[in-house]
Amino acid sequence: MAKIPLHFILNGEERAEFVDSGATLLRLLRDKTGDLTAKSGCLQGTCGTCTVLVDGAPRLSCITLAEDCDGADVETVAGLAAHGQLHPLQHAVMEHFAAQCGFCTPGMLMAAKALFLTNPRPSREDVVEALSGNICRCTGYEPIIQAVLSAAQVMSASGPGAA
Amino acid sequence: MGLSYRRFEKVSAATSFLTEEAGACVVGGGTLLVRRVNEGDAAVTTYVRVCDPEMKRIDEADGRIRLGALVTMAQLLGHPGLQWLAPAARIVGGPAIRSAATVGGNLFAASPYGDFGVALLALGAVVTVHGAVGVEEWPLAEFFARRDSLPAGLIVTSVAFTRPEAGTFRFVKASRVKPKGAAIVSIAAVIARDAGRVGAARIAFGAMAGTPIRASSFERALIGEQLITATLDRLEPHVTEGTTPPSDAIASAWYRQAVLPVHLRRLLLPEIDG
Repeated sequence: MAKIPLHFILNGEERAEFVDSGATLLRLLRDKTGDLTAKSGCLQGTCGTCTVLVDGAPRLSCITLAEDCDGADVETVAGLAAHGQLHPLQHAVMEHFAAQCGFCTPGMLMAAKALFLTNPRPSREDVVEALSGNICRCTGYEPIIQAVLSAAQVMSASGPGAA
Repeated sequence: MGLSYRRFEKVSAATSFLTEEAGACVVGGGTLLVRRVNEGDAAVTTYVRVCDPEMKRIDEADGRIRLGALVTMAQLLGHPGLQWLAPAARIVGGPAIRSAATVGGNLFAASPYGDFGVALLALGAVVTVHGAVGVEEWPLAEFFARRDSLPAGLIVTSVAFTRPEAGTFRFVKASRVKPKGAAIVSIAAVIARDAGRVGAARIAFGAMAGTPIRASSFERALIGEQLITATLDRLEPHVTEGTTPPSDAIASAWYRQAVLPVHLRRLLLPEIDG
């Protein structure tokens, strides 16, 4: 199987890796970079737990081809916390008990971050829509929705650029 | 044999490669093809990425709208001139799916998926295909009829349709899961009025057959009628004519046929039944 060299940005750092031709972004992240935050769930593009940002847009890494991400800017949950401080989204998830088993949480966080990039002051309806591609079997969604709304308030109060 | 990925700048080069390589398949957003591979379909050996920028463009000239096959649902939602089409683009998955899912790919989605294709069918869209014999334009209904036996090397490069008059396009999708889920049924309609009566009607159903279909019998019966409750009561037997819905985990064929007239009525008479 041919090995393909890829250059990309992962959470702000330049990376160069070899991948098997035809591999997914999820395999690149988990097998090559050691970033295990994007979870391997349904592998069908249905559950959303593998959600990452590619050039600022939410993408399901299980059905995104690694070779399409050559030169791209990839963000995962591993890049959310900065300087030893949790991101407001992470803090809100903790405060609102929005994670139980935690398997969906990385995808939920990245879907929420994608929402904030285009809509820093979302309504409840906006949040529900933003999370509509992410499945949680534990929480019943309500604590997650509340956490995202709460994080939006905190970040809006912190001023522009907080996302 | 392992997987591979090939990138082509020109559609013609991709067509030649696809004709020669039996396991090569064009990949769009990956929501159908990569999923198939992840599920273990070993028949796919090569992802073919076509990078022609024309296939990512949205153009409009003289009231004719052209969508490149690689235009994504997110791109459509962000286009100021296509907000009337947003109801059909927004119901395609969550935001991460819509960042990837393409107009061309949606035409290949098996029932009960492929809701955007239902909208395109009601809009009277024409599909441009590049194949071994050159470039052809097929009415979308013809494309759907031939979808399961397309010649090797065929690439859908764009779809085009005439912009409908403002307020004439309607779309609804009924699903069990809120806010998003696979279709029990989806319905798209373009209804033009003439002196208070239906002058022209194109109505398409999704999840009511193996591919999106036109409601031909109902459309014919509707011409010249007033769009009122009494008309729809009288024409209801035409609604399910020609439908062969699947029975799947979402709904039985019986259920789909039973609720189709209800959702059609709500779409056509929102002020009464919506």
